[in-house]
Amino acid sequence: MQRATEFGYDSKIEGDVVVTRLDAALNWFRKNSLWPMPMGLACCAIELMATGASRFDISRFGAEVMRFSPRQSDVMIVAGTVTYKMALAVKRIYDQMTEPKWVIAMGACASTGGMYRSYAVLQGIDRLLPVDVYVAGCPPRPEALLDALLKLQAKVAKEPAWATLKRGA
Amino acid sequence: MTPPELARRLQTQFGALLTAPVVFRGEVTLRLTAAERVAEVCAFAKQTLGFDFLLDISSIDNYGEEPRWTVVYELYGLGHRGHLRLTTDVSEAASELPTVTAVWATANWHEREVYDLMGIRFRGHPDPRRILMWEGYPYFPLRKDFPLAGKTTELPEVAFTAPAPLEGGPFVTTPGAAHTTEREPRARTTAR
Repeated sequence: MQRATEFGYDSKIEGDVVVTRLDAALNWFRKNSLWPMPMGLACCAIELMATGASRFDISRFGAEVMRFSPRQSDVMIVAGTVTYKMALAVKRIYDQMTEPKWVIAMGACASTGGMYRSYAVLQGIDRLLPVDVYVAGCPPRPEALLDALLKLQAKVAKEPAWATLKRGA
Repeated sequence: MTPPELARRLQTQFGALLTAPVVFRGEVTLRLTAAERVAEVCAFAKQTLGFDFLLDISSIDNYGEEPRWTVVYELYGLGHRGHLRLTTDVSEAASELPTVTAVWATANWHEREVYDLMGIRFRGHPDPRRILMWEGYPYFPLRKDFPLAGKTTELPEVAFTAPAPLEGGPFVTTPGAAHTTEREPRARTTAR
């Protein structure tokens, strides 16, 4: 009577197993469903909307689920002029986002204050938040934002996701 | 009635309070010599002369001159389609004049904006708060002695400000320069 259980090689599942690193798998999940927090503050938000609409279709890259709750979003797209009056509200929304989280500074104003060298405008959102990708343009073309998203995906793919999770636990 | 006729009518009513109407490119301007009477003049202009629409209130900083402020009222009549400009001077020591919110309700926000950016107060205003900057911001940024770059302020939990890096800017272009980077530099250093 044979009572040994078979471990190891199993001819029935041959070809159905993929071996990978945990980091690679986690990052793959993350980078292909980055849910944006659309922080639309000025005209860049119009281009952000165009990026989300059918012509440019951000869902080709898995980022079409615009979340208006910071608790459900992964990447904040700061699209537009950040005034000092708005600055701490943007910071507060960023603080409410759950880890892991990323920031795209879309356009000249969000990146550097743009043409507003003025008493009323924050000279770049990077003075308050850690920005991952900057997008040039005033406003940037939707293709430029899509390129920024691809750059962010490349960055997410390289992160030590498992080590960060273990440290957090 | 045409705007010049309406202006003369207003002057007949108030006499020495108003200077003679000045017509420039079809626009009629009247100067009111006593800012304290502005609400009275405006009430007459609205009720009797049909200026039922206040287009705008703006203010001028005559920095270095006295009186320092000029407040400008842009009047319009939707019935006769006539436009009239009413200006009045306010000294820096006073920096205050009566509100016209009782005449035109829309003056509420215009006067709040003038107060917010120029620091001229409107006596009797129903809601004399800032409208663009936040409550607690200590400056009036459109005054001529306020730097374009702004000043450092800190109001915890509300807002902060810091001077912008102007470096000879804000918009520094050199027409005719060979390269784009020379023609339209990001900023020009003052040392050059």
